[in-house]
Amino acid sequence: MTSEAKSNVLDPLIDNNPITLQVLGVCSALAVTSNMMTALIMSIALTSVVACSNACISLIRNHIPSSIRIIVQMTIIASLVIVVDQILKAFAFEASKQLSVFVGLIITNCIVLGRAEAYAMKNPPFLSFLDGIGNGLGYSLLLMVVGFFRELLGAGKLFGYTILTTVSEGGWYLPNGLMLLPPSAFFVIGLIIWAVRSWKTEQVESPDYQIHQVHRTEVL
Amino acid sequence: MEHYLSLFVKAIFIENLALSFFLGMCTFLAVSKKIETALGLGIAVILVQAITVPANNLIYQLLLKEGALAWAGMPNVDLSFLGLISYIGVIAAMVQILEMAMDRFTPALYNALGIFLPLITVNCAIMGGTLFMVERNYNFAESTVYGVGSGLGWALAITAIAGIREKLKYSDVPDGLQGLGITFITAGLMALGFMAFSGIQL
Repeated sequence: MTSEAKSNVLDPLIDNNPITLQVLGVCSALAVTSNMMTALIMSIALTSVVACSNACISLIRNHIPSSIRIIVQMTIIASLVIVVDQILKAFAFEASKQLSVFVGLIITNCIVLGRAEAYAMKNPPFLSFLDGIGNGLGYSLLLMVVGFFRELLGAGKLFGYTILTTVSEGGWYLPNGLMLLPPSAFFVIGLIIWAVRSWKTEQVESPDYQIHQVHRTEVL
Repeated sequence: MEHYLSLFVKAIFIENLALSFFLGMCTFLAVSKKIETALGLGIAVILVQAITVPANNLIYQLLLKEGALAWAGMPNVDLSFLGLISYIGVIAAMVQILEMAMDRFTPALYNALGIFLPLITVNCAIMGGTLFMVERNYNFAESTVYGVGSGLGWALAITAIAGIREKLKYSDVPDGLQGLGITFITAGLMALGFMAFSGIQL
């Protein structure tokens, strides 16, 4: 395992996370995280698509004319997503109904196209494959964390198993219904970004407009 | 007529693509620093959405749906698994054609939208609109109304958040929340606001 291969897999987890830093693939991260099961299935689906598409595109990268590269990449990605979609429909029909259009939307998930453009077009297949795995895992990590908080606080469950018995079932935990509603995903991700950036201060963005600090002596 | 009107209002407000289904979030968060650019992108999305949703509807109804090929003597063929790849093809082609047509006939608008047009191919709002159209089995007229309405809703949302962000730039935000973090929180509050529409029965 060379150091580049290692950093390809590990960097996107926190240092260069596709969602919190590159702002890629946010849509599905918000929509499928109300329980951990759908989040897990979505993570697996996306990771396999991004890894395979990176490897395929990297294999033919020297033969793609640059003027039609987007169409070529789209065709490869769409074919892979169709495979995933059909597999889900065959073996996990309930889950595929719950994910509704979001499996199809992996095609337009910017992580897949973004990594193809930024990495796979310039690097050999194996490294691209690892880059895909790494970015898929970074995405999965965030999805699982968001799903964990939303399902635990919203329904008192994890993966459908009761952890905190809710009041309606005779327990003590009063579930926070807001957590199951879509807007809470924004708040959870916003707070995660805050936490990560307080830890890794080099990720903090510089403000567009600096507020002038007035010192007491200036006023007097 | 009433049916179409309520579908239109529903597509704009109640089922707003950006704030109720979180589609097109990447561009929504990344290209919303200035009102003008947000508005330009919004107009481009309306245009593309209004063309691609009905176009994909025709493809679905006439070619892909189970039994749709009966006119060609193949009533048992079900090509719906080819849906995803044909829709994205249509979207990519439409964006390309639109780009060339605008370059030829309305250069001013083309220059204003320039960089955003290719971006629209990978905007999930466009693909999402088409997939919802298929899932809900809209007919041609309904899908036209839905396409225009959902595009308009998305444009409305991105313009609104750009307006908020322009003002927000002068606020004292904690370091870690600066930029992306506070944008997420703002979008969350806007989504909460849009949930107020969900109680409306049409």
